[in-house]
Amino acid sequence: MTKYYTEEHEWIAVAGNIATLGITDYAQAQLGDVVFVEVPVIGRKVKKGEETAVVESVKAASEVYSPVTGTVVEANGPLADNPITVNEDPEGAGWFCRIEMSDPAELEVLMDEAAYKTFVEGL
Amino acid sequence: MTTPVHADHDTHSAVAPLKTPLHDAHVALGARMVPFAGYLMPVQYEGILAEHAHCRAAAGLFDVSHMGQATLRGPDHQTVARALESLIPADILGLEPGRQRYSQLLNERGGILDDLMVHRALGADGTLGLVVNAACKVADYAHIAARLPENVLLEIHEERALLALQGPEAVNVLVSLGADVAGWDFMAVGSASIAGIPVFLSRSGYTGEDGFEISVHADTVVGLWEILLRDPRVRPIGLGARDSLRLEGGLCLYGHDIDETTTPVEAGLLWSIQKRRREEGGFPGADIVLSQIAEGVARKRVGIRPDGRAPARDGAEIVDENGVAIGVVTSGGFGPTVGGPVAMGYVAAVHARPGTRVGLVVRGKALPAEIVSLPFVPARFYRAPK
Repeated sequence: MTKYYTEEHEWIAVAGNIATLGITDYAQAQLGDVVFVEVPVIGRKVKKGEETAVVESVKAASEVYSPVTGTVVEANGPLADNPITVNEDPEGAGWFCRIEMSDPAELEVLMDEAAYKTFVEGL
Repeated sequence: MTTPVHADHDTHSAVAPLKTPLHDAHVALGARMVPFAGYLMPVQYEGILAEHAHCRAAAGLFDVSHMGQATLRGPDHQTVARALESLIPADILGLEPGRQRYSQLLNERGGILDDLMVHRALGADGTLGLVVNAACKVADYAHIAARLPENVLLEIHEERALLALQGPEAVNVLVSLGADVAGWDFMAVGSASIAGIPVFLSRSGYTGEDGFEISVHADTVVGLWEILLRDPRVRPIGLGARDSLRLEGGLCLYGHDIDETTTPVEAGLLWSIQKRRREEGGFPGADIVLSQIAEGVARKRVGIRPDGRAPARDGAEIVDENGVAIGVVTSGGFGPTVGGPVAMGYVAAVHARPGTRVGLVVRGKALPAEIVSLPFVPARFYRAPK
């Protein structure tokens, strides 16, 4: 499994042609306490850069964009009842959905973990 | 992910933000500092949910030194009270020494220029203390000063800082530090000393809890802050929890729930216009405000509970069961004590009755919600036995 990162602080973990989507530890720390999560319905087609999930802290709502084009094949339903999971385990149990990618070439422009770490240090 | 934009974004970003005397203390506590109303202020320390819960359970300490503190000074109470009554609809002539009242500076249409606290200190006849909102204070001072008679002066207290200690343990903390305030009624004011530091207190606040606002000289506020935080019942609370606490308390935030286009009657603040002023008028916009009292208003501020978990934020449209627009959300978010989303907004008066079913338009969908009476969390103000 390979992990990729965006400048908007999403991560995707890729195994075969399935990409799992979430937000990074840096993102959850910026948001603060997460009180609401909306995950996409299974079967929804998403385009690269399209709003795919919503995560809300006490103070504000943020949209989560998919870094890849494809079809949602699984959603993390239990997050709705336990949105704080996004704070507690953002890069594990706090994932939003899994997307079957239709264009794996889109991965090429994303950052790897080291590049993302450097990117965050520069913020 | 979109960068979270705080609802109360800075409106003075063209100039470098000011700092309160406690800035370094906030940073040392690990606060996240954000620009607010021209100041760099702590939005959170350990986290909004934990801070909110602590304030409702024990005692929360807030730095609200960005707010404006001023005194009106004249020859006697009647002269100063009449001068202020020409600008606000509260009965100040009848304000007893040692008491505070909530009011609003009104424009000629009865719209709210700012909301404020007015107090009459014991043994200081001919003075009235004012506390106004940070974002409005420069405009407020100009507005007030331009309308005072020659024998009443406005003194601005740049030298004073302001703390709020809120929550059920607030009174016990202050008593343990030597302030004899246990018997004070809600909205009482007076001088006291906390661990030997002279302060001016009011038993009031912006959380719906019992508590105190503490005016103190800027030179001594850092010491007072540290002494209060040494008590294990006290934790620092940022602007984030201040907002969720006041929203659950059904309290208005200026610039959101009230502004120059809303009158005190529409805003549900009629309780702050005492009987004599309703009879006599004599404040800006009195013709409009008094006719609204007599004949009713076209729209009203209401509380709203979404059925689901999604918060509706400031600006969300309110629709009726047929999808027709009937109003707008002016404050909304997650209520940690309620355990779900809460909102306030204005709706057409025919839809304002508690129990009315409405929709809140969030991300293009009308989420089901219900009009409810305010506050969301019952107030726990201390009422002294008569």
